[in-house]
Amino acid sequence: MTEVIRDEEGRFVVELEGEIDLERAPALRKTLLDCVRRGRDVLVDLSRVTYIDSSGIASLVEALQDAGKSETRFGLIAISPEVMRVFELARLDKVFTIHPDLGSALEAGA
Amino acid sequence: MTAQASQLTSAQEPAAVSPAAPVIRVEGLQAFYGAQQVLFDVDLTVMPGEIMVVMGGSGSGKSTLLRHLVGLSRPAAGRVELLGLDITRARSMEMLALRRKIGVAFQGGALFSSMNVLDNIMLPLREHARLDRKTMEIMARLKLEVVNLAGADALMPSELSGGMLKRAAVARAIIMDPTLLFFDEPSAGLDPTVSSALDDLILKLREAMNMTMVVVTHELESAFKIADRITILDQGRILLVDDVAGVRRSDNPRIQNLLNRRSEETEVDAQAYLQRLTGETPTPPAATNETPEAS
Repeated sequence: MTEVIRDEEGRFVVELEGEIDLERAPALRKTLLDCVRRGRDVLVDLSRVTYIDSSGIASLVEALQDAGKSETRFGLIAISPEVMRVFELARLDKVFTIHPDLGSALEAGA
Repeated sequence: MTAQASQLTSAQEPAAVSPAAPVIRVEGLQAFYGAQQVLFDVDLTVMPGEIMVVMGGSGSGKSTLLRHLVGLSRPAAGRVELLGLDITRARSMEMLALRRKIGVAFQGGALFSSMNVLDNIMLPLREHARLDRKTMEIMARLKLEVVNLAGADALMPSELSGGMLKRAAVARAIIMDPTLLFFDEPSAGLDPTVSSALDDLILKLREAMNMTMVVVTHELESAFKIADRITILDQGRILLVDDVAGVRRSDNPRIQNLLNRRSEETEVDAQAYLQRLTGETPTPPAATNETPEAS
């Protein structure tokens, strides 16, 4: 997994790539919580993620919870159908704001 | 159709499975309890994403087969390969790595009575992963959501119904997102409604997580609902491996008996029976040191 963090109109966009598993999840958790705790809105681009396991999803959930506490927004972009099936299994599609692409997310003011 | 022929046909034309290498390959598996042979030259192949149901009457060897598939028993002869690793020859580090990819939902739940549900479910993570406790708790609660046990995290196993125990066992079995999931009699002791819901859960898990599953059961209705293929064991030998339609149309009288739930006179090996009664046991070809269990 590689991570790229960039500034997009005042919000962090975290671009993830590859597989997110038990080995990678701790680093992802740290990255996401660091971004959220800096008080900015966060968008996580999952378009190049080929696999994400429960530990990666748990990191997203924890970051979402922290964002809620600090009243910043936390959204996901471009979830693949495979990952979406796992989200739907745990009904996480009802919890996260999920945008089809970055343009839609920016347009929606996320 | 013979078991061998049926299995070859199914292996060449698998239903709804990828052309990738088998997830499970069993060749020539033999097992004994003391002097008594309980598995005879069992061959079995399970393909990625497939749900293989193993059926058979009491004493057919299905639980023994499961114990060998999950590495709890060592075969007297033969080979058991999981995810490309021959577990009969694997080193302990290889087995440790393999166990991260395998989940087992035991018949009785096998939860620790002194731990609440959440701690029980997190147990494999604490053994195999280095994660923040908060991450592990969220993972465990996600699995409780998946198995429809949301909010049960603080309950003790003694406070759970039979169906809830089974679901908690499934939650623990899938906590590591296994590639391969084994179920031992998931429907045993459950009423039809709860049993059917568990079948739905098995299918849902396969669809969402693309797991390969082996389900040992004696519940026909459940088997026909969830199976891609069914292996029927009889007195330690594979009688048939086929899809549901193939099993239904089999004219083998022993399979028909199983399907129609007719009791059947078990063939008696007079010599072995006499030896059991008198306590005289012949020297086995290669014996395990296990205790017998119900199949």
